[in-house]
Amino acid sequence: MKNLNLKSLLVRPEVATFIMFVVIMIGFYLANERFLDARNIRIVMGITPEYMIVAIGIAILMISGEFDLSVGSVFALVPMTMVQMVHQGVPPWFAIFLGLMIGVIVGFVNGFITLRFGIPSFIATLGMLYIARSLTTVATAGFPPPFPHILPNELFVYQFELFRASLYWALLVAFVLGIMLHRSNVGNWIYATGGDTNAASSMGIKTNNVKMFCFILCGFLAGFAGMIQTFRLEAPLPSQGYLLELESIAAAVIGGVSLFGGIGTIFGACIGAILIRFLESGIIMARIDAEWFRAGLGSLIIIAVVFNTYISRRATRIGQNKAKD
Amino acid sequence: MEDIIVCKDLNKYYSGVHALKDLSLKIKKDSVVGLIGDNGAGKSTLIKILSGAHQPDSGHIYFEGNKVKFKSTKEAMNLGIETIYQYSALIPEMSIARNIFIGREQTQYNVGNFGLMKTKTMQDDAMKALTDVELHLRSPDTPVNQLSGGERQGVVIARAMYFKSKVLILDEPTNHLSVKETNKVLRFVEGLKSQGVTSIFITHNLSHVYPIADHLCVMARGEKIADMEKKDTTIDHLTDLLVNG
Ligand SMILES: Nc1ncnc2c1ncn2[C@@H]1O[C@H](COP(=O)(O)OP(=O)(O)OP(=O)(O)O)[C@@H](O)[C@H]1O
Ligand SMILES: [Mg+2]
Repeated sequence: MKNLNLKSLLVRPEVATFIMFVVIMIGFYLANERFLDARNIRIVMGITPEYMIVAIGIAILMISGEFDLSVGSVFALVPMTMVQMVHQGVPPWFAIFLGLMIGVIVGFVNGFITLRFGIPSFIATLGMLYIARSLTTVATAGFPPPFPHILPNELFVYQFELFRASLYWALLVAFVLGIMLHRSNVGNWIYATGGDTNAASSMGIKTNNVKMFCFILCGFLAGFAGMIQTFRLEAPLPSQGYLLELESIAAAVIGGVSLFGGIGTIFGACIGAILIRFLESGIIMARIDAEWFRAGLGSLIIIAVVFNTYISRRATRIGQNKAKD
Repeated sequence: MEDIIVCKDLNKYYSGVHALKDLSLKIKKDSVVGLIGDNGAGKSTLIKILSGAHQPDSGHIYFEGNKVKFKSTKEAMNLGIETIYQYSALIPEMSIARNIFIGREQTQYNVGNFGLMKTKTMQDDAMKALTDVELHLRSPDTPVNQLSGGERQGVVIARAMYFKSKVLILDEPTNHLSVKETNKVLRFVEGLKSQGVTSIFITHNLSHVYPIADHLCVMARGEKIADMEKKDTTIDHLTDLLVNG
């Protein structure tokens, strides 16, 4: 029985990712001992939370069977509008609220177009990628505006000894949504919807509502994470979050989220996001040309998916052979 | 015996295809009804209407004597009509326990329709539900894709039993199953009768349903061409109807 539990643990994709994470961390540490000293951890974990939050939103949406390619653009649009609204005299907290609502609205529009017209979310959100980026540039109005210091950015990014406040925000998001996805009935509906939409709806689940919820959540989280980045940099940049959509899908996939829906965990998505950031840092610290980061990330994606596919095939086969006995 | 379901003059069109033509049917309580017919005869169409997945273009359905109009499968399920679809009844990647409770999770700390699942209770009840249909599996946490085809049908039947269905509709439950697995499913279905469940068993393999059916209904080209008690017919007669329409 114990043996069986260990086996079923090992076939969990996020566990494989975690092992990969540990191996890579040790590898970079051996290449350069300063890789794991407090200074480097402070630097890497200062920027990671923003990516974790986006990856969590993407992971949940992918588990429900859909994609969002617009997260990178929303990541820029939301904080840009917040900043511009504050410059127009909107009270800071109200500007934050309205900004986050833009993320919600983009998520809703993504969901509406995808579900109402029955087109792939890949396409609907690809369109939104361009639209939201374009709106960000328009909202920038020429050159990036200064950061208004009446915005309560310390609350989100204050630098403690080792970590920033943003890490605790990210952990809070991970915890709350982890409970939602893994322990609540809504989570069960999300997995069912992504696993087999027809079967789920034949069991009475309103699959369109479930997907819509995930689209909105994803848009909201992308905007929230973008806000944190702008608050950290104290500079709203229209180029913020460029290519982030692909990187968040990469994080989710490395963390064991299936491209076909129905499989994945919050933990996996977080590990995926953290792994990518440490990979980037490790490559720089090992004095390898930074251009190798993308090659490393690319290899990691392929290895992770090949490995997970192999493992889950094996697990299925073992199970079926056992059942036949 | 009283009729649990009565259909009157059901018609259904699919963009030009007249899939169901003035179909009337009575189903007796606690019986096993075999619904047979060649590919495209309209069997799935009929049961989709009975299960609330589709709505008829005309005609009426009575359930336990009351006229009903199902707008969704949920409405039919709430009355106790549970359907096992031809292709999709379970989510392969999800565990047995989670599959049994999809859409009907046992929850606590509820806020409106949402709440945290009582995982332990669901696992225990899932195991009990499986044992009730004589299905003995190792763990309620096994993903369904690790089960054999017959076991999967068993899980679906256990689910229907657990939620006290009155009518269980099975669309080709023995498709792609080995002889041994088929017999397992037939035994599940036979067991339903004594537990007060009416079942409608759809197949185009007469030899599967004949041994366990009380009543047989043959469809062809959207019409009912025969409808009789098993005692009033023979397997040869039914085969002839199936082949020659
Ligand atoms: N959603 C749909 N849209 C259009 N036509 C449909 C649809 N569903 C069924 N049909 C048509 O209606 C007719 C009856 O189909 P149905 O699926 O009810 O047959 P069946 O008896 O279940 O066949 P099988 O044994 O192959 O499952 C067929 O001609 C089919 O092509
Ligand atoms: Mg059919």
